[in-house]
Amino acid sequence: MLRTLSRVSELPLIVKQLQKNAAQAGVAKTNNYATEATVQVNRPFKLHRLDEGPATEVKLTKDEALKYYTQMQTIRRIETAAGNLYKEKIIRGFCHLYSGQEACAVGMKAAMRDVDNIISAYRVHGWTYLMGVSPIGVLAELTGAQSGCARGKGGSMHMYAPNFFGGNGIVGAQVPLGTGVGLACKYKGNGGMCLALYGDGAANQGQVFEAYNMAYLWKLPVIFVCENNNYGMGTSSERASCNTDYYTRGDALPGIWVDGMDVLAVRSATEFAINYVNTVGPLVMETNTYRYSGHSMSDPGTSYRTREEIQEVRQKRDPITSFKELCIELGLITTDEVKAIDLKVRKEIDEATAFAKSDAELAVSHLWTDVSSNNLEPKLRGTNSFNLDHIQERKGVNH
Amino acid sequence: MRPPSMTRSHFTYYPTAAGSGNAKKMNMFSAINNAMDLALQEDSTALLFGEDVGFGGVFRCSVNLRDKYGKDRVFNSPLCEQGIAGFAIGVANAGATAIAEIQFADYIFPSFDQIVNEAAKYRYRSGGLFDCGSLTFRVPCGAVGHGALYHSQSPEAYFAHTPGLRVVVPRGPIKAKGLLLACIRDPNPCIVFEPKTLYRAAVEEVPTEYYTSELGQADILRNGKDVTLIGWGTQVHVLLEVAELAKERHNIDCEVIDLVSVLPWDTNTICNSARKTGRVVIAHEAPFTQGFGSEIAAYIQDKCFLNLEAPVRRVTGWDTPFPHVFEPFYLPDKLRCLVAVKDIVNY
Repeated sequence: MLRTLSRVSELPLIVKQLQKNAAQAGVAKTNNYATEATVQVNRPFKLHRLDEGPATEVKLTKDEALKYYTQMQTIRRIETAAGNLYKEKIIRGFCHLYSGQEACAVGMKAAMRDVDNIISAYRVHGWTYLMGVSPIGVLAELTGAQSGCARGKGGSMHMYAPNFFGGNGIVGAQVPLGTGVGLACKYKGNGGMCLALYGDGAANQGQVFEAYNMAYLWKLPVIFVCENNNYGMGTSSERASCNTDYYTRGDALPGIWVDGMDVLAVRSATEFAINYVNTVGPLVMETNTYRYSGHSMSDPGTSYRTREEIQEVRQKRDPITSFKELCIELGLITTDEVKAIDLKVRKEIDEATAFAKSDAELAVSHLWTDVSSNNLEPKLRGTNSFNLDHIQERKGVNH
Repeated sequence: MRPPSMTRSHFTYYPTAAGSGNAKKMNMFSAINNAMDLALQEDSTALLFGEDVGFGGVFRCSVNLRDKYGKDRVFNSPLCEQGIAGFAIGVANAGATAIAEIQFADYIFPSFDQIVNEAAKYRYRSGGLFDCGSLTFRVPCGAVGHGALYHSQSPEAYFAHTPGLRVVVPRGPIKAKGLLLACIRDPNPCIVFEPKTLYRAAVEEVPTEYYTSELGQADILRNGKDVTLIGWGTQVHVLLEVAELAKERHNIDCEVIDLVSVLPWDTNTICNSARKTGRVVIAHEAPFTQGFGSEIAAYIQDKCFLNLEAPVRRVTGWDTPFPHVFEPFYLPDKLRCLVAVKDIVNY
């Protein structure tokens, strides 16, 4: 907690730097508005076992600025809608919100190429949207309806899309799996890589270290991304981890620390990392971020941290507000454009929410659909009092 | 919008009556809290740990215990189930009493190796030299209405396949307290699978003093002559309602048995009942194939073959992953169990 507060106290500096960025940025203007700018990342990268790090001076075009802002705002809106649906008891069970962490996913996605893959844990509504699922696909999955991306069969933690190997409800289990996806990329020689994401809580699972070791031995194109939001469920990272410099925890694996509240820093670091894992070997990337909500909906999120701490981050480090201010200051986006995006996003998510509420559930036959691939007998054993024929409907995208 | 039938619990709770002596109204998490309070008080070597246990645990079972016994004895672990289990086995081996919480039964699999290969075999493989018996895992399990794939499973049968362990499942607050205290005192590594849907829903008058429930002992909750119904955990309450329905609608007298202890299980009580009624229905939430019902059915046909009027029936979760939105169709609810009772009588 002390660490977080001390970070917060550095904030005025960042604001100043933002202003400085705008003043110093090499801005190419047409019609009084810029179409491209050069920006310094907010906070320097920290490196582990690396001589050179990611570029700290990055280019940002107007189109990119509009895109990242829209994406982050959409994720924020989806999460707000999800939180409300949960409170209305329309989403049941488990629901982990990404609000506050948007710059991590949007920054990484901005650097990813078509051949790249990603796998993450259970805070994946935002990633699902970024990987091509519509807000309806996300919200209807949450309400358990048939238009959900897993057709309502997965729910909050279990969403998938091509190249997105999903959320995972078991803490840390996705990390070795992502390493396997990296092995496949190498074996196929398609130049792709895999981002294997986990939180500061999962960073202490034994299988994470097994995965580091295998990835290093076999030089697999895997970026191990620790999204450090400072709290593993209800325990602050200082209490759960002997070393909270998660970017150094790969031992022999090099590492990069990134300000996860700065979408451009995350993009720059990911671009560097993609090149590195494809030419040298795996590395660990820590994106330092913050979640505004509790761990899940059953956690108010205030028993292990103060409301003031959350408020302070919201006011001073919010990834969306700070990016918006930067873009306006650089002249890349106008306040009118911001308003138009906000309105459009709000409308889209409101409509998606209404649809997700009214959408029908799948037919009950989907209870025994896709249990096996090529079931050996027509009837599915263990469901025989209804004499159910096994159904196989989908062949995986990987077949 | 869901119809109400999709959102309410699939069972009606049947409380167990308190015996004589002082008792206090408690739900199941309070009764477990009370049991751990007594255990920590009685045994100064007792330690309690697990994910978020320090501030009460996600189900509030350990609430206030850190304040009362100090953070040296009640503490949070990192999110690492294999580590929690190994650590618990080590500390128990060295003479402490370990009470470890695995936050959800669905998370127990990273620690499966430690429990099955280390805890269960320590005494045997060291020729009796080392003993990690003062070790108890508390593990919330079972359907809760909306848990989906990884917050709903009932993995008791995996552990029942391991000699050296004890596995119990309470049906409510009184039993939860007695079984937990018995497990903590028992010189074998024990796993208590606590049906999480009962933590708040189950309320009983629980004796306030220290007491233990016998391990390996089934409870006959309702006497009957026509059909024996066997279940454990939440399913016991489904079966008690089924017995009422069977009597009202079909005039069938069911005997309802809570198995309580899955390993070792009470073969005497079960076989005596099977011999009396000649018809047995076993119900559990876990899938059909290799569920613990398979073991009971095989044993009954071996020991009671000539007394049986019909093959032993099993009503269980399906052989599918635990479904999210289809949970009401997956569970062996009262109607599926009632159909089995009718079928076995008309066999």
